[in-house]
Amino acid sequence: MDKNKYKNLVSKHTPKENVLCNGLIAFGVGGLMGVLGQALIDVYSYFLNITTNDAAMLMIVTLVFLGCFLTCLGFFDKLVHFARCGLIIPITGFAHAMMSAALEYRKEGFVTGIGANMFKLAGSVIIFGVVSAYLFGLLRLIIMGG
Amino acid sequence: MIYLNSFIFCGLICLIAQLILDNTKLTPGHITTLFVVLGAFLDVFGIYDKIILWAGGGAMVPITSFGHLLIHGAMATTVEVGIMGLMSGMFNLTASGITAAIVFSFVLSLIFKPKD
Repeated sequence: MDKNKYKNLVSKHTPKENVLCNGLIAFGVGGLMGVLGQALIDVYSYFLNITTNDAAMLMIVTLVFLGCFLTCLGFFDKLVHFARCGLIIPITGFAHAMMSAALEYRKEGFVTGIGANMFKLAGSVIIFGVVSAYLFGLLRLIIMGG
Repeated sequence: MIYLNSFIFCGLICLIAQLILDNTKLTPGHITTLFVVLGAFLDVFGIYDKIILWAGGGAMVPITSFGHLLIHGAMATTVEVGIMGLMSGMFNLTASGITAAIVFSFVLSLIFKPKD
């Protein structure tokens, strides 16, 4: 079988993904996550009587905990499979990446398993974030002086 | 009104990410990394601060705010202590999120077993 025939065969049997439908689901779920974040900020700053910045910090901690806990219970994977970027782009995706790495490598021991592999998926976010923030910070110092 | 704004902004970010995911060969890891760098870039001219004023929580939830908080903490410390603040203040604002993720994942991975 030559290469072109094989390619045609593969493309015939690859399931077609509905781009429009995926996009709408991601938009809806992502938007709801944003509304949940804003609602948590309002609730925390009203009931705990703290500033908006502290409430935002507490909101991020809450969402990280939700992401970790739902991953442990086993159905966050299904939710991510359904909503894709609607749950990967919010901070829950970061928590999900760390939690699933920690769960997966747990059987290899504490130090060589969890300790060495926890940042396997989420590490790129931190590394590229820090490097780019450093470079852009220098740029901003040079251009605008702070 | 701010709820509508946060729905629109957070939804739009996720929609763009989903379009990139569907139409290119990039993995979710590439896309989250891309959005962190984008968030840091938007803070160079102070654009992201205006977005946060407009969209509130909707701008704090996506991963772009992680890059924004990194550079924001660094610049805030630079104003106080000079050029070394760029390094010492880098994690000032994101520390709570990273610490929470590390502690929760470690403790919960001791309690739960992986499902397969």
